[in-house]
Amino acid sequence: MSSVIDVVSGRYAWLIIVALLGLGLWATLTERHLIKKLVGLSIFQTAIFLFYIEGSVRTGGEVPVIDPELGSNPEAYVNPLPHVLMLTGLVVAVAVLGVALALAVVIHRSFGTLDDEELSAEKRQS
Amino acid sequence: MITESTSFLPPLLPAGMLAAAIVAAAVGSWRPGAARWVAVAATLGGTVACAWGLTQVIAGDTLVAALGGWAQPVGIAQRFDALSGFIATLVCFIGLLVVLYPPSVGFQSPPDRKLPVHALVLLLLAGLLGVAMAADLFNLFVFLEIYSIAAYSLIALGGPLGAVAAFRYLVIGTIGSGLYLLGVGFVYFATGTLSMSDASQRLGELGATATVITAVVLMVAGLATKMALFPLHVWLPDAHSHAPPAAAALLASVQVKVAAYALIRIVFEVVPDNVLTAFPLLAIITWAGVGGVLFGSVMAIRQTEFKRMLAFSTVAQLGYIGIGIGLDTPLALIGALLLVLNHAFMKGTMFFVAGSVYEATGRKAISAFAGLGRRMPWTMTGFTIAAASMIGLPPTAGFFSKFYLVLGAADAGGTGTPWTWVVAVVVAVSSILTLTYFVPVLEAIWFKPDPDGDDAPACEARALAVLPVAVLAVGLLVIGFVNVSIVNDLLDPIAVSLLGPRG
Repeated sequence: MSSVIDVVSGRYAWLIIVALLGLGLWATLTERHLIKKLVGLSIFQTAIFLFYIEGSVRTGGEVPVIDPELGSNPEAYVNPLPHVLMLTGLVVAVAVLGVALALAVVIHRSFGTLDDEELSAEKRQS
Repeated sequence: MITESTSFLPPLLPAGMLAAAIVAAAVGSWRPGAARWVAVAATLGGTVACAWGLTQVIAGDTLVAALGGWAQPVGIAQRFDALSGFIATLVCFIGLLVVLYPPSVGFQSPPDRKLPVHALVLLLLAGLLGVAMAADLFNLFVFLEIYSIAAYSLIALGGPLGAVAAFRYLVIGTIGSGLYLLGVGFVYFATGTLSMSDASQRLGELGATATVITAVVLMVAGLATKMALFPLHVWLPDAHSHAPPAAAALLASVQVKVAAYALIRIVFEVVPDNVLTAFPLLAIITWAGVGGVLFGSVMAIRQTEFKRMLAFSTVAQLGYIGIGIGLDTPLALIGALLLVLNHAFMKGTMFFVAGSVYEATGRKAISAFAGLGRRMPWTMTGFTIAAASMIGLPPTAGFFSKFYLVLGAADAGGTGTPWTWVVAVVVAVSSILTLTYFVPVLEAIWFKPDPDGDDAPACEARALAVLPVAVLAVGLLVIGFVNVSIVNDLLDPIAVSLLGPRG
């Protein structure tokens, strides 16, 4: 338990990330409007990206391009790998969001609403 | 003796399907009919390549590729071993049958609209093969999302309610893959590596710390959502019942199985033994499986619409796979892997039959099957074999997977895991529940009078719609007869490599 407290008190960024994760998840699961659900989903995904970026930070770290003065000491640079992973993650998130918005357009054209509970009522009728 | 050799096959499978998807989309915008033959050629080529790879693997070789020339653990590796080869062959073969099934029936796409259904099917297969080949945690995530995006689009082809089901699946699926990605982040920051084998070794050195357990729980929860393991199955019934029949066949047969495969990989290959025994992860998976079997079966009994009944039945069958993973004995894992194969054949048959029946009668209810035994003899014979297998009657394939699961549960009881006899009883007794929801359908097919009168003309589906049903139904009998050699040559070595020799 104490290790958890150490982690939290040592890294305030974690608190923000956990708060964003919770906020995003809460909005995704409880909002009735489909677009608001997507906003929540985006907040959730962004918090994951921040988690990776936060983990790659080194105090005093430089841009990860080999600098002759600093040499090849890995401690002198921020970790580039999580950044690269999150570039891929961003592309994935954008693609998923695009599909989701396209689906929302189809749903709105067919039912004239984007309210989750009204859609459930439509489903029960058919 | 297992050797490793460098091969271009592991990256070629997903990349080839991806290239074929692009070609199919381009050709399809010019001539929709031609896209289908691109898909047939790609899936046939994939099946042949996988079968070749499988012979190499059974001979004791593992095909490995290091992408970009960077050796492991720095680079991204892709592996074609017995487990991934087994899954990849199944994916390609079911994919081939899905694209052979007439698209006007299978995807209900109006001929005047140029929907790129075959490009989407190939994209889905590319993602599934990528997951199967991945030996890198992040690579697995990327392919997980590639197949998911294709799956959301295919489900949305099933009309307005399909779009609603796809949207809800998208929301839950994205949360699932988000949890997995978060877990991978914990693994990376704890170990500094994304390679599965390397991560496993370093996690073992770290032991069951709070960080490692959080990582494992997040990854398993994410993959269980993708796999629709009870109680994370909520997206599946709507998605699979509103998807067009051929898409539903593909999703139920292979898509959820690939997620189950990823779960097996992570649980047995990445999570080290000292972490796995530190908290009751496997027990939770087992009892989630038991819950899935009971809930799925009871809900399936209550359905009046045929495809919806099949979707709940899938939830139950995925429960069996969860039980096979959670029991942690080689026999139970063999049962789960055999069920992955059998269920692909059984549910594939049934969704194809659902498509053919809807085409012939325009009805989706179970009562629509009344009298069809006389009017669609070939299709209905195929369905009957698949139903017998689902119930678990010998000599069909379904009997043997349940047999191994029960043996596995008995085996786990010997190792001191409590309450496993309950699991064995649930597996055995759930056959009665399965019987309960298939008997009304079989009764309607063979014994109920036809609503269109006794002299209604035969309405057998066209040859290309009967072909996949026939291949899968005959396949179920063949798997039943050769299951000893499948188990001894392929599944037992997999179970031994994942869990150690069977007791």
